[in-house]
Order: sequence, then structure tokens, then C-alpha cells
Amino acid sequence: MNNNTISVGKINNGFVLDHIEAGKSMQIYNHLGLDRLDCCVAIIKNAPSKKMGKKDIMKIEGGLDLVNLDILGFIDHKITVNIVKDGDIVEKKELTLPATITDVIKCKNPRCITSIEQELKHVFVLTDKEKQIYRCQYCEEKCSR
Amino acid sequence: MRHLISPLDFSVEELDKLLSLAKDISENPKKYSKCCEGKKLATLFYEPSTRTRLSFEAAMLNLGGSVLGFSSADSSSAAKGESVSDTIRVISCYADICAMRHPKEGAPMVAASKSGIPVINAGDGGHQHPTQTLTDLLTIKALKGKLGNMTIGLCGDLKFGRTVHSLIHSLVRYENIKFVLISPKELRVPDYIKEDVLDEHGVEYKEVENLEDVMGELDILYMTRVQRERFFNEDDYIRMKDFYILDTAKMQLAKDDMLVLHPLPRVNEISVDVDDDPRAAYFKQAQYGVYVRMALIMTLLEVSLDEQ
Repeated sequence: MNNNTISVGKINNGFVLDHIEAGKSMQIYNHLGLDRLDCCVAIIKNAPSKKMGKKDIMKIEGGLDLVNLDILGFIDHKITVNIVKDGDIVEKKELTLPATITDVIKCKNPRCITSIEQELKHVFVLTDKEKQIYRCQYCEEKCSR
Repeated sequence: MRHLISPLDFSVEELDKLLSLAKDISENPKKYSKCCEGKKLATLFYEPSTRTRLSFEAAMLNLGGSVLGFSSADSSSAAKGESVSDTIRVISCYADICAMRHPKEGAPMVAASKSGIPVINAGDGGHQHPTQTLTDLLTIKALKGKLGNMTIGLCGDLKFGRTVHSLIHSLVRYENIKFVLISPKELRVPDYIKEDVLDEHGVEYKEVENLEDVMGELDILYMTRVQRERFFNEDDYIRMKDFYILDTAKMQLAKDDMLVLHPLPRVNEISVDVDDDPRAAYFKQAQYGVYVRMALIMTLLEVSLDEQ
């Protein structure tokens, strides 16, 4: 290892989230609830990337069922999900923008029913795929990501 | 079971059917006077309203049904902290259909998801007011004989004015509709209406501040009140409330067959002198509001004349 690089070992069984926009990995860590899991998680920030200049990478030991891919797609659908078995990448999954997301973001409209009805789920619906616009299903307020 | 939460819940064909029924009711009201005998309408009004609530009550009474309900959140269990979801579950045991007005946007949608009876959105915050839209559509159809090929001026509070948003949503589905959006900069139509509704349907529209400049272009002028309850800041309200006042001088600039509509109540945005102008249609509109709500109640309760 020279002075400018850090080496993070391979995982045997799990998945690697690649091409994460630099700096977004902690947001993903929190949204996916990885802090509550018992598995091994490696977060690499600002790794050099030919395509992106720099990027974040996350390596997670364990099955893909540990995470909600819809949430990941909502945060950044350009992330590549590499599934690793016995140390090798066996599948690459493409993410898409989910049609709805539930309880990932909160509606910030003070006039929305979600502001007083405590047990309501905060549901946002993809209303414009091209512009990647999500709106609250109750008040239609645009979500600010 | 069907609800009416958004003006788009009915297809154009279903709307045509509903408006035809409303028109027949307007021409033969007595024929329908026992259609809903034994049925109860609950009016759940969490914020003050005179005409919408009374219009619903009159509609149900005209159909031979009965009404129960509350007219402010203070006199309901909401004051004790009951959720909308719980309230509607209980009301479903007492009534056959309900009309809900709530200051929070999306409340009727929440109610509909838990309800055992049809829920009608009677206005949710600054969001939607579909029965006002049905009223507006019936008024235009009855007095103009059509719902397409028109230039419609919307004037006043286009930001918080839910009647305006609902009307735009509905009218874009008809052919050759043009909108002239007349408002101060601060009260313009929200971007999501422009992007997702007007642009999406390729509808021609322009935004202007001066009413006089565009009077001659309009087939319909839909005036709105600047609503105090929609402002967090009293100063902003005072600055905006007298921005537009329609008077007889401005009416002289309009076409002979232009119609003036207003969801009412008006404060001072239409001078009382205009009331005598044959083009002033806002009180007729209130009457059509009862007929269209009668048709709506019948439709959602799935009752018809044949069942009597």
C-alpha cells in the first residue's frame, strides 16, 4: 500500500453499492438503517473514479434482503448494486425510481394532514419520471431532496 | 364504493352523466324528492363554511334524506384529539354518506381510506374543492351550453384558491380551452399546476396582472376572494385583498355573453353594482351547486329514480 491509497478487503457474501455520488454514502447508511444491522459494513468515501471523478462505495456483508432497494433507487437510481457470492460478483442490479416511497422522507407542508395525523405514513408518489418529481400523496406538495 | 376526493375522480363520460342528471334535477326537482328517503348524510365540517355545508344539507333534504353532523372542529371530537381516521370509522356507523371539509390538505383522502361509506371532499385546505368544480362546470354547461372552446379568465388568489386549482384540473380535459391567469405575482398559480396540468395537457395560458387588459378576451371570468385564513401573515393579506375589484366600468370592456362566476362568499372583489348585470352568474351558480350535489349524492349512493 502506498501513502495515497487505502485498501479495503473483499467481501465474501453480500453486496457492493458502487458509483454512489461522492459524499452521499452516510445518507444512504442512515436511510437504509444499516446502523441497526449486525453485519459488517465498509464505507469508502471519495474514492477516485474515471467516470465520476470521485465516488463513494459501500460494501455490506449479508443478503440483499437487508436493505430496501426502493429507498436506494429514490436516493440515487444511478447507483450500481453488485451482488457478491463466494468472493465473486455474480449479478449487477440496475436501480429504478420507485413508483412510491413510504416513510423515507417527511412532508414539509404545514397544511398537510400528515402534520397532525401522527400515525399516518408519509407516502410520496412519482408523478414525473423524467424530472424525477415526487409528490405527497395527500397534499401533492413536491418533495425536496 | 366510490368517493369524490379530487375533481379527476370522475372521467369525462362520468362527469357528462352526472351533469346531465343534475340538469334534469334542475328542471324537475320534485321528481327526485324521495330518491334518498331513509338515507343520512353526515356533514363533517372541521372549519367554518356556510354555503357549502348548507348546500349539501339542502341537497340531501331535497332528495328526501336527512342530515347530521358538526360545523366546526371545536364542536367535534377533534377538539379531544381524535384522528380523522377514527372519526370516519365511527361516522360510518351513523350515516350512509358523508361530506368532509378540513383545513388540512389530504384529510378527506385519509378518511376515504378508512371509511365504510362514500366520502365527498367538501374542501381540504388550499388543495381541492371538487364539488365547487362540479358546480362551476354545471353552471358553465347550463348557461353556455358547452364546456370546450372557451377562454377562461381566473382572477384573484390563484395560489391558495382551491376552487381555481380544481377547475383548471377539470377543464383541461375539454377541447380548445385557454386560460388567462390574472393575479398579483405573490398569488400566482403554483408551479405544480402549471407543470403537471397545464403544460402536461398542452393547454394555452398566460399570466397577467392587469384585469382590464384582458377583459375583452374572456368568455368566462372566474373571480375569487383573497382568503384571510390562508395567510400566515396578516400584513400580506391586507396588501393583497383589494388588488382586484370588478365593477361596472370593467364590465363594459367584456363581451356581451361573458359570464362572471364566483364561488362565493365575496367580500369586495365584485362591486354590488355588477349583480344586476345579466352576465353576473354567481347567484345562479349557488343554485346549481345544490342540484349538482343532489346528483352527486345519488350517484355515490347508487340510487336512481327507478328504485323508488
